[in-house]
Amino acid sequence: MDFIHPAENTAIPTYRVMDSDGVILDPSHESQDLKPEDILTWYKNMVSVSIMDIIMFDAQRQGRIPFYMVSAGEEGIAVGSAAALNASDVIFSQYREAGVFKQRGFSSADFMNQLFANKHDSGRGRNMPVHYGSKELNIHTISSPLATQIPHAAGAAYALKLQDTQAGAKDKRIVACYFGEGAASEGDFHAALNIAATRACPVVFICRNNGFAISTPTLEQYRGDGIASRGIGYGIETIRVDGNDIFAVHKVTKEARRLALQDGGKPVLIEAMSYRVSHHSTSDDSFAYRAKVEVEDWKRRDNPITRLRKWMERKGLWDEGKERELRSTSRKDLLKAFNEAEGATKPALEFLFRDVYEVLTEEQKSQINELRDIIERYPEEYDLSVHDRGIESLKIDK
Amino acid sequence: MQALRQAIRPRIFPLFVRHYSSALPSAKLNIPTDFSTTPILAHAASALPDSLSLGPSPRTTRQNLYQSINSALSYALRTDESVIVFGEDVAFGGVFRCSGGLAAEFGTERVFNTPLSEQGIAGFAIGAAAQGLKPVAEIQFADYVYPAFDQLVNEAAKYRYREGSLGRSAGGLVVRMPCGGVGHGGLYHTQSPESLFTHIPGLIVVVPRSPIQAKGLLLTAILKSKDPVLFMEPKTLYRATVEHVPEEPYFLPLSKAEILHTGTDLTVISYGAPLYKCMSAIETAEQQLGASVELIDLRTIYPWDRETVMESVKKTGRCMVVHESMVNAGVGAEVAAAIQNDVFLHLEAPVRRVAGWSTHTGLEFETFNLPDVARIYDAIKQTIEY
Repeated sequence: MDFIHPAENTAIPTYRVMDSDGVILDPSHESQDLKPEDILTWYKNMVSVSIMDIIMFDAQRQGRIPFYMVSAGEEGIAVGSAAALNASDVIFSQYREAGVFKQRGFSSADFMNQLFANKHDSGRGRNMPVHYGSKELNIHTISSPLATQIPHAAGAAYALKLQDTQAGAKDKRIVACYFGEGAASEGDFHAALNIAATRACPVVFICRNNGFAISTPTLEQYRGDGIASRGIGYGIETIRVDGNDIFAVHKVTKEARRLALQDGGKPVLIEAMSYRVSHHSTSDDSFAYRAKVEVEDWKRRDNPITRLRKWMERKGLWDEGKERELRSTSRKDLLKAFNEAEGATKPALEFLFRDVYEVLTEEQKSQINELRDIIERYPEEYDLSVHDRGIESLKIDK
Repeated sequence: MQALRQAIRPRIFPLFVRHYSSALPSAKLNIPTDFSTTPILAHAASALPDSLSLGPSPRTTRQNLYQSINSALSYALRTDESVIVFGEDVAFGGVFRCSGGLAAEFGTERVFNTPLSEQGIAGFAIGAAAQGLKPVAEIQFADYVYPAFDQLVNEAAKYRYREGSLGRSAGGLVVRMPCGGVGHGGLYHTQSPESLFTHIPGLIVVVPRSPIQAKGLLLTAILKSKDPVLFMEPKTLYRATVEHVPEEPYFLPLSKAEILHTGTDLTVISYGAPLYKCMSAIETAEQQLGASVELIDLRTIYPWDRETVMESVKKTGRCMVVHESMVNAGVGAEVAAAIQNDVFLHLEAPVRRVAGWSTHTGLEFETFNLPDVARIYDAIKQTIEY
């Protein structure tokens, strides 16, 4: 009689392509068809996201937006994986994946309009900052409840499989789904991986294991070998990758995408290891539960941006001058979008009611009239000047 | 009842066999519904309701509720390749036989079993809907919908709203679930959780009362509605109700109530299984009290048809609401509050609610807990005499 002792198992290894000095460890890397201009774009996108984080973190501190969450330390996972997907692949994300949006083509204006919840925000000013979405880029709008998007990804992947089969599509699509290691403790993670496996859904699950879920370290999150070890239990092909190594993340995602379309479709799990060098959000002071020195150490020792920069410098693709120019251009571009978005009017008040159902219900129509009546009789109590079309948007056909 | 015992065996076994009494010999009111004579059902093709808007002499088949649901699912699968049907034990036909034969006809890619996980079923369905399919998900009993509550409330209901101008939604979604009392379902095979969902903007909640209604409403929910629909099927009616169901497809409108019986002295508002008890109580009241009572089937519990209800109450001046689920914060609370707000000056008696007591659905107490003909009759009498 032999019990299986998880602690005696060797930990699942972490795949790396380059070390923290940007030196290539995996000789097969060079055989890939990676264009230098693409790699430069990845780098620019990571830097742009990190600059946006600094600007918007400060903007929140100044009270100009109500909330923000940075991606610091995880830019490599987002940009590297997104770069390995096709534009038609569908994405579900958690909230710390600004790099995915950036790599797919989300503009500075798109980010800022959402963050300031103005009338250009596709979410019509309904969602908290950082809850981005894009139809054009095939990224579903982010929602706050953790892990709920994971079974959505399985269902959406099943839909893609069915639709692509019915249409006889040549280029089949997959779904990529992002979440943190804390979210993986939710029941929806379990439900999703299990149903994705039993229904053979072409979906790549990408877990960002950054060591913390707000204040909770992984030791209090799980006792197994991370998230990767669970994939095997569901019968899912699984890999662990160094999340600070953008080449490794890219290569692993590309291969996962290929696997996901094999045998009529199947799920694949990637656990990308990183470290959340930032606070959880602007509502969190992480030094209440971890030492500042530990964070500083991580920042100094390893970081996806500096790691790629070191590689580019070794290749002669980058230097201090280019770095200065990139940072200056990115900052200017973001600040221009920042100012335009901050100055734009808020969404029309009718959007408080619209889109709950496809059409307004009779009950809602009478409530719109009720609200308009109150505003008209107590004009000094409400500021309509900031809202698009003012009181006019509340004038609807009864 | 035999059917239910067989059906729920996979979930709660061993299930002991016992015998259930019908009515007391002395009972004059609480007599089991005779579904073969109730005026609520169409016992002949000529009795089809005008509301179906069918052509002259439509072909009909005698079907019970589960069969009519099956034919609605079958038609939806046949006409729209984006329709998929899934849930626990759906592939072999479902524990109530609603999906019988569908997997064989339409293939296991479109009709399939899921792992036993309600949050997974709901989440999977929402993702499929948001990507353009029309998923019809089944929750085996409404009592087991709660693990999916987060997915339905925070995700399905809010999808369109948070996507804003992008326009994606979970509107293709229909979640079917058997609900309500069946005599021996105890705590977890009896519940009617509809009012938990009528508090959620973004969801449509439908409860059909008969085979004709079920087919027409389900086809609308699957093929026409652009909003997520919770379709709650009174399981006690699955085999009990039989009527002439049109063979050709037809669509009944959502958010539209139906007047089942016209009257001038009192309006009774209900939905689902209690409608049959309401009808019995009304027949007795009309004979014994000489009262003329109007009966309204809400059909869609949210967003509900205020106009039909208000017009009726304006006419009668008296009304009551009947449902199985707990009275407190139930559908009756909302309907009663809306009535007193909208037609206060027309009311000649307090709005009465006859519903489940504020307790759980304990096995041996169902007869005393859910509204029966005696309680409904008594409420009619008291409201008329107020």
